[in-house]
This record gives sequence, C-alpha cells and structure tokens, in this order.
Amino acid sequence: MYDMKKILPGLIIFAGLMTFPIWYNGGDAGTLPKPEKPSNAKECVRPTEYMRTSHMQLLNEFRDTVVRESERGAIKEAGGVTYDDKSLMLGCMKCHVSKKKFCDECHTYAAVKPYCWDCHIQPKETN
Amino acid sequence: MKVLYPFIAVLALVALAFVGVKAAGLQYLFGVVIPYMAFAMFLGGFIYKVLHWAKSPVPFRIPTTCGQANSLKFIEQNKLDCPSTFWGVTGRMLLEVFLFRSLFRNSKAEVHDGPKLVYGSSKYLWLFGLIFHYTFLVIVIRHMRLFVGHVPDFLHAIEAGDALFQVGAPLLYQSDLIILLAVGFLFLRRLINANVRYISLPADYFPLFLIFAIAVTGILMRYFLRVDIINIKQLAVGLATFSPVLHGEIGSIFYIHIFLVCALMAYFPFSKLMHMGGVWMSPTRNMANNSRMVRHINPWNDPNIKPHSYADYEDEFREFMTDANIPVEKE
Ligand code: HEC
Ligand code: HEC
Ligand code: HEC
Ligand code: HEM
Repeated sequence: MYDMKKILPGLIIFAGLMTFPIWYNGGDAGTLPKPEKPSNAKECVRPTEYMRTSHMQLLNEFRDTVVRESERGAIKEAGGVTYDDKSLMLGCMKCHVSKKKFCDECHTYAAVKPYCWDCHIQPKETN
Repeated sequence: MKVLYPFIAVLALVALAFVGVKAAGLQYLFGVVIPYMAFAMFLGGFIYKVLHWAKSPVPFRIPTTCGQANSLKFIEQNKLDCPSTFWGVTGRMLLEVFLFRSLFRNSKAEVHDGPKLVYGSSKYLWLFGLIFHYTFLVIVIRHMRLFVGHVPDFLHAIEAGDALFQVGAPLLYQSDLIILLAVGFLFLRRLINANVRYISLPADYFPLFLIFAIAVTGILMRYFLRVDIINIKQLAVGLATFSPVLHGEIGSIFYIHIFLVCALMAYFPFSKLMHMGGVWMSPTRNMANNSRMVRHINPWNDPNIKPHSYADYEDEFREFMTDANIPVEKE
C-alpha cells in the first residue's frame, strides 16, 4: 500500500467522526426522563399517547385559535372539571404544576429548548 | 426504465420496512439488527475501499493542470490551479472539498442558429450541489442529539440556527425545505437536460430517490405523523452504547425512515457515493505538478534492469543501424 502516512491518519479521523456518538457517550446512556404526574387529575386533555408525541402541535393550535381567532374556549372537561382556557399558563400548568419537573425533564433529554418561556410566565417552582 | 427501476426499488424498500414492522412485527430486526449491520457495512466497506485504492501506486505526476505551471521567473504561476508545492496542493484540495471548485468551472455548450457553437458558464450544478451537501451535513449533525445522552452546546447552536425563524411548533428547520429543493433540482437536471439524461444511469437516480425518500419520511415524521421522540432517543442512545432497548410504541414511519438510511449506509461503499472518500484520493487533484523539480522513481522498477540511454543503444546497435541505412548521431 502506498501513501499510508497520509491515508491512515485520514481513515482514523474518518472513523473517529463516524463513531462520535459511541465514544462521546462512553457507554453512558444518560438518565431517562421521569416527568412528574399531576396529583390533581387522572387524565390529560388528550389521550396520553397523543400528548407524548404531539403536545407541541396542540399548543400551536391553541395559540393560533386564541391569538388569531380570540377563541379561548374550554380545552376539555376532564372528570367534571372544566379548564377554562386554551392556555399554556392557565391550562397545562394548572395540572402540570412544575415546569422543571415536568416539561424540562423530557426537553433536556430530547435536547429541545422551547422558547415559549421567554414571554410566558412559568409557574413558581416549589423547591 | 433508467428512472423507473430505481424509483420502484426505493418504493420496495419503503414497503418492505412497512410490512416488516406493521404485519410481521419485526421491530427488533429493523430497529436494532439491521442498523448495526448497515453501520458495520458502511464503516468497514468505506475503509476497505480506501485501502483497496491505496494499493494502486501513482508513480507519475498526473494532476489536471488548469492554469500556468511553475516556469520561468517572469511568467506568473497559477498557484492554485497548477500547484507545485505542498501548500498549493493543500489550498487546491480544501477549495475542492469544501467549495466544489471544479464544479464552479462547469460550462455548457449550446448550438445556436447559424449553426454557431456557444460556450457559457453554468453555475446551477455547483450551487445546488453545494447547498445539497451542506444541508445534508447539517441534518446529520443535528441528528446527533438523538444519539448522545448529554447533548453538547454546539449541537444546540446548530439547531437554533437552523430553526432561526421560529415558525410553528415543532419549529420548522430551514434545512428540511432546502434539501428537498436541492435534491429536486439535481433530479430534474438529470431528467430535463438531454445531454445529462443520456449519460445518467439507474445508479445515478437511485441515490437521489433514496435520499429524497429519507428526507420526506423524516419531514413527515417531524411535522405530520408525530412519533414518540423519547422512545426513539432511548433506542438510538442504546444503539450507541451497545445496549439497545426497544421500549414503548414507535410509529412505523420511524422504521421506514431508518430502514432507508440503513439501505443508504450499506449501499454507500459500493456506489458512486464513495466520492466522499475518493475526492481526497484523486491523483488528478492531490498531486503537485513538480515533475521538473523532483525526480519521481517508479516504485515497481526492477532494479536489475539498468537505464539504457539512447547513446548506449546506438553504441550497441550502430553496425546494424548503419547497415540498414538508419541515420545515427555518432558515425
Ligand atoms: C386536567 C389536568 C391536565 C391538563 C390541563 C393538562 N394535562 Fe397533561 N397530563 C395530565 C395527566 C393526569 C397526565 C398523565 C396521564 C397518564 O399518565 O396517562 C398528563 C400527561 C401529559 C403528557 C405525557 C407525559 C408522560 O409522562 O407521558 C404530556 C406531554 C402532557 N400531559 C402535556 C400537557 C400539555 C402540553 C398541556 C396543555 C395543553 C396539558 N398536558 C394539560 C393532566 C393534565
Ligand atoms: C414573543 C413572546 C411570546 C413567545 C415567545 C410565545 N408566546 Fe404564546 N403568547 C404570547 C402572547 C402575547 C399571547 C397572547 C396572550 C393573551 O392574549 O392572553 C400568547 C398566547 C399564547 C397562547 C394562548 C393564551 C394563553 O394564555 O396561553 C398559547 C397556548 C401560547 N401562547 C403558546 C405558546 C407556545 C407553545 C410558545 C412556544 C412555542 C409561545 N406561546 C411562545 C406571547 C408569546
Ligand atoms: C414526555 C416527554 C415530554 C413532556 C412531559 C413535555 N414535552 Fe414538550 N417535547 C417533548 C419532545 C420529545 C419534544 C421534541 C419533539 C421533536 O423534536 O420533534 C418536545 C417539544 C416541545 C415543543 C416544541 C419545541 C421545538 O423547539 O420544536 C414545545 C413548544 C413543547 N415541547 C412544549 C411543552 C410544554 C409546555 C410542556 C410542559 C407542559 C412539555 N412540552 C412537556 C417531550 C415532552
Ligand atoms: C442519512 C442520514 C439521515 C438523513 C439524511 C435524515 C433526514 C431526516 C430529515 C430531513 C428529517 C426531518 C427533520 C429534521 O431535519 O430533523 C429527519 C427526522 C428524523 N430522523 Fe432522520 N435522517 C437520517 C438518519 C436518521 C437516523 C439514523 C435516525 C435514527 C435514530 C433518524 C431518526 C429521525 C427522527 C426520530 C426524526 C424526527 C425528528 C423530530 O421529530 O424532531 N434519522 N431525518
């Protein structure tokens, strides 16, 4: 083989880049998120499976209907309780009382940083 | 046919993954076994190919010269297009690899009324080729967030830049729109331009369709058929730490997406996509044009065969040459 002085380092760099997740993790899979379940309710405003995958689309929909069509109507009646707002602060956070222990749990893991809280007030964290 | 067969092949891959997961319940096969096999084929195949190429000696300087060579002092050398030094070659290679300089030179020839042959510059291939490769790179780098447990800051930065306009939720990535546009252009170029269509083979269309399908399934997954990213990340990080777990429900669209990616990885080392490694090894680009400064000795020369100059040759055969009336230099 020829030119191995150049080709070998090249191949090593290539293999290093391609296996980045393997050596970067170093066998450590990180901790799975454990979002805190609300204590004041049994079910979410939509089926849990849908919420896990699509809550951001639901929020987007709420935002659009509130801000563009000024339709703040109730989200849903769950267990006889009406949540009067299609609202982040006054809806979701009524049950999911902690942003840190709920939203952030998953978001840190999935590496997303929703910018919503730049404007929306987040609940006071209890500890 | 040249367009249809690769198209059908990609559809067949999609159908295979869909049926395998939906009807046969082969989540483990498509989520764990095939990804490992495909990655091993990609990495092993890539290295094998490069080492295989490294076996060919390139004893002579064969750079494509596109400018004035190093010559007399008062003739200006084109240092990038006909480099004669290490740094010249380095500059040429970097521009080639990162900016696709040789595509920038692309020209087109057209016959106008007259008949008159007209040459013009044609930068579209360069532009869309460059856009395509960079958006692909950005997308692949962004995907690393699914594979690493603790996501480094530079990934957040790339993601924030890509979602700069903060459209909708989940945020729209510009790279998603741009890659479809760029692949679409590269495909239409092969289809519409008669000259290019004539030389295009199924092996040219297949990777285009495959990459387009990967992008489309990814986009469907992000913006339309939402999937559970937490479960997917658990699987992906598991793959990267060699302890894969399939946990909870993951939509079939995800399995289609990664099956297509696996097909791409497995196909990569044995296809034209190996230009990724090949561009670094092109002797027409990576050699300095210094034949007049450095003596290059052919490595497979048999040392027992001594050089035989013309003068020696004439000495040896002078008699016969004069007999045959062949002119000789020394009488
Ligand atoms: C009525 C109180 C209530 C409201 C209002 C509510 N949730 Fe929930 N949410 C719940 C409960 C209870 C669960 C747990 C359901 C389960 O375990 O099956 C849940 C689950 C979830 C989950 C899945 C968590 C997991 O661990 O899988 C997400 C995501 C979520 N909610 C987001 C939201 C968002 C976003 C909003 C605002 C649109 C919202 N919720 C409003 C009560 C609520
Ligand atoms: C630039 C500041 C800003 C940002 C960032 C922002 N919002 Fe809002 N949002 C508003 C304003 C202002 C309203 C109108 C409040 C009203 O009329 O009650 C609103 C209303 C809403 C509403 C309906 C009313 C309510 O009380 O919640 C929802 C839902 C909502 N936003 C969701 C989101 C989500 C989800 C994000 C992140 C993806 C987000 N917003 C980011 C400013 C912002
Ligand atoms: C079960 C885990 C989980 C919980 C709990 C959760 N999220 Fe999410 N959220 C995600 C994942 C995963 C994504 C990223 C989806 C993607 O990348 O496609 C996401 C994305 C989002 C986005 C879009 C962000 C972007 O940049 O595209 C918004 C907005 C959002 N979540 C709001 C919330 C709010 C508000 C809460 C708390 C009430 C919440 N989420 C709780 C998992 C969760
Ligand atoms: C050749 C490599 C790949 C390409 C070109 C590609 C392309 C894409 C594209 C264009 C998207 C749309 C959203 C975005 O841009 O992030 C996407 C999403 C996605 N891809 Fe890939 N992909 C590749 C490999 C993979 C692999 C190996 C996995 C396995 C874990 C994967 C999992 C996903 C997931 C889970 C999403 C949805 C992300 C979200 O909702 O935010 N992709 N892909």
